[in-house]
Amino acid sequence: MATKKSTRIGRIAVAPSVILLFLWMIVPLGMTLYFSTQRYNLLNPDRSGFVGWLNYRAFLTNPGFTTALVNTLILVGAVLLITVVLGILIAVLLDQPIKGRGFVRLMVIAPFFIMPTVSALVWKNLLMHPVSGFFAWIMRSLGLTPVDWFTHHPLLSIILIVAWQWLPFATLILFTALQSLDLEQKEAAEMDGAGPFSYFFEMVLPHLARPITVVIMMETIFLLSVFAEILVTTQGGPGQQTTNIAFLVYAQALLNYNVGGASAGGIVAVVLANIVAFFLVRLVGKNLEA
Amino acid sequence: MARRTSPARVAVFTALGWAVGFVVFFPILWMVLTSFKTELEAFRTPPSFLFFDWTLENYAIVQARSDYLRYAMNSIVLAGGSTLAALVFAIPAAWAMAFSPTERTRGTLLWMLSTKMMPPVGVLVPMYLLFRDFSLLDTHVGLIAVLALGNLPIVIWMLYTYFKEIPRDILEASRMDGASSWKEIVFVLTPMAVPGIASTILLNVILAWNEAFWTLNLSTIKAAPLTAFIASYSSPEGLFWAKLSAASTLAIAPILVLGWFSQRQLVRGLTFGAVK
Amino acid sequence: MGSIRLENVSKSFGETAVIPSIDLDIEDGEFVVFVGPSGCGKSTLLRLVAGLEDTTGGRILIDGKDMTDTPPSKRGLAMVFQSYALYPHMSVYRNIAFPLRMAGVDKAEIDRKVREAARVLNLTDYLDRRPGQLSGGQRQRVAIGRAIVRAPTAFLFDEPLSNLDAALRVGMRLEISELHQSLGTTMIYVTHDQVEAMTMADKIVVLNKGRIEQVGSPLTLYRNPKNLFVAGFIGSPKMNFVTGEEAAKRGAATIGIRAEHIALAPEAGPWHGTIGVVEHLGSDTFFHVTVDGVGPLTVRAGGEAAYGHGARVFLRPDESKIHRFDAAGQAL
Repeated sequence: MATKKSTRIGRIAVAPSVILLFLWMIVPLGMTLYFSTQRYNLLNPDRSGFVGWLNYRAFLTNPGFTTALVNTLILVGAVLLITVVLGILIAVLLDQPIKGRGFVRLMVIAPFFIMPTVSALVWKNLLMHPVSGFFAWIMRSLGLTPVDWFTHHPLLSIILIVAWQWLPFATLILFTALQSLDLEQKEAAEMDGAGPFSYFFEMVLPHLARPITVVIMMETIFLLSVFAEILVTTQGGPGQQTTNIAFLVYAQALLNYNVGGASAGGIVAVVLANIVAFFLVRLVGKNLEA
Repeated sequence: MARRTSPARVAVFTALGWAVGFVVFFPILWMVLTSFKTELEAFRTPPSFLFFDWTLENYAIVQARSDYLRYAMNSIVLAGGSTLAALVFAIPAAWAMAFSPTERTRGTLLWMLSTKMMPPVGVLVPMYLLFRDFSLLDTHVGLIAVLALGNLPIVIWMLYTYFKEIPRDILEASRMDGASSWKEIVFVLTPMAVPGIASTILLNVILAWNEAFWTLNLSTIKAAPLTAFIASYSSPEGLFWAKLSAASTLAIAPILVLGWFSQRQLVRGLTFGAVK
Repeated sequence: MGSIRLENVSKSFGETAVIPSIDLDIEDGEFVVFVGPSGCGKSTLLRLVAGLEDTTGGRILIDGKDMTDTPPSKRGLAMVFQSYALYPHMSVYRNIAFPLRMAGVDKAEIDRKVREAARVLNLTDYLDRRPGQLSGGQRQRVAIGRAIVRAPTAFLFDEPLSNLDAALRVGMRLEISELHQSLGTTMIYVTHDQVEAMTMADKIVVLNKGRIEQVGSPLTLYRNPKNLFVAGFIGSPKMNFVTGEEAAKRGAATIGIRAEHIALAPEAGPWHGTIGVVEHLGSDTFFHVTVDGVGPLTVRAGGEAAYGHGARVFLRPDESKIHRFDAAGQAL
């Protein structure tokens, strides 16, 4: 296909997508940058003008920001830890001789297809409710006092819900990667005298290193923006206990109508995501060459 | 390959596997069960598992709320529309990049990927203002555009990896056999690309159906999909569990079925081909 | 008619010149084999003829008409690919019919031609199958069937047998030669396997690093290689090369002698050596001998020859069959 004509047609075919994505990326981002240097509140549109770094200073020094940043990091870190560790274990388990494995796999991946608002509300009301929730019943049956999840451990509750949603993603990817593990390699390891544990640590984990990296990065991208789960359960509360950066920006923009401040926050979120994206793009790019 | 595994081993792993599967699936199962209970029954402690008076009244009530159907229709319109829109742009682009790559193709693809990395909250403010100024708030067109653009990189990437797998030899063979460009597309390329396109559509519909940032922020009533409908149950806390469950079950059922069909492609699409 | 003429054809990918400049005449009805090590440009050359790559310079004439810028579909050539390139979504019948459908041939005529090709290629029982349900040899035959139905000016084969196992390869080699005899159409065949080249070709084109090293009939190349490269590439086992004193004695930088032109002598001979590995093929026996002051040589003897590992033997080269090469590797 290396003919001149096909190359020219190729450029024309790619152009619309490139232009659209470029606009989609650059126009709003440029506006965010611009607003972030402006005094701009929708409730008070008359007071406007360039304020330089003021919005950033206000956003970054706002005690809410530190809390939100810490909450974001805890949320991302905890969910990553839970999903990757459990994901590896479940993937290895699914790789064993299980009768009806197809069905088990269906059950395990199902949570990924549930829309965020549904999973958040189902967990909050049906499972975690302190009086009539399913967990409360289990605790009482065991002679324990039921936990009032969203009052006493709001962030942990959010973490559990989000981890449940993303566990299938990690499991599915790691399981797929496991299945590409060469059977002959496994047999060679057995011939070399490797037991199940040394096989796991010497062969399986190194083989999973790359997919684990992919899982961590993809999840990070999405977890930095967790929003709907917080919106429908805690609204960021009680107090600021479950406010992450995404929710803080939302609150600034659509609850306080502080366009300037929210824009500054948005840029902070973009910078955070870009640090992760930088590494992810390089990783995927390496794969593209192979 | 035909290795003997001791029956005891199989039994242990089978039990363990089913137990884990059940635990992970339980919230969904519980929701579905609750949707068949009366509101009173849903609250009862100790909870009843299977032995309660199964009722369809929640479904009837949810269906009867005239707006449920509108939300469902909106979900279908948004998921379908955004998928279609993304495909229109993605198919030529992915096709060209897979079959006549230039020295810039790799860079272009990575750049497209990087646009997906941008957190939506970073552009929430300008998007909201743009939507307001162009009267796009709470419209199908606006949301379809946003969802399509948001998923365009994934769609292009997925199609690209599928198209890449069509052997070039076959296209060259068709040319040697005298096929003109468009005959090549109609008789050879399209039939071979259909499975890949179908999987891409599936994944994109799932993603668009469950999208809950733009749909919640840029729509209120007219164009709001099921994500927003379910979110509306968050305010009257704890009063309508059974109905919430029924509505949720209806909202997730179609996508759960689609998802189960597309699990293989899912891995590929969500990791941009980095894991196959 | 199917004469093909390359004038000054060159091809570069970016900065790298894969083919600096090639002139070549292929007569109508000839079976020409492009042979050379991997990366020598033989496949690229074939793809230039096919039109699947643009030439960087020069002209390609088919039947005297300049086809340099004609798209592949208009050149009237048929090609059999290494991977067979069968359309996986079409039955065998539809695969073979495809070029005819593209040419707008009417249904009855297509049916007649497809069935005729299937009969010739023993595919009649498989017409309804998909390529995925066929064996390697059958797929190969479908690819050939797809090529012959349209009666092309010339056939192009791009390493068509490299995916087949050894036994099938020999069989298909005969079938393709047979096909060439019965059709009489020009064929260009690319391979890295010199045995295929020797057994099938009317004319062999030996390529190395994008240049033609030598063009000629198989026996010409075997008997009179123009340089070290051709001498070493054509013939199995490889020609023995000797440098140093023995070569200088004969007025050359390197001398070459084929395994069958050295005789083993029990009592006396100019060379003396120790037998290493012995390969018994039944009809022949190959001795790998380390010759004192000369180096390792391969010697061919009859199937009955019996010397064991480590035996000391004398060797007598046939002086009239020794090839002499100068320091630049050209034959003297």
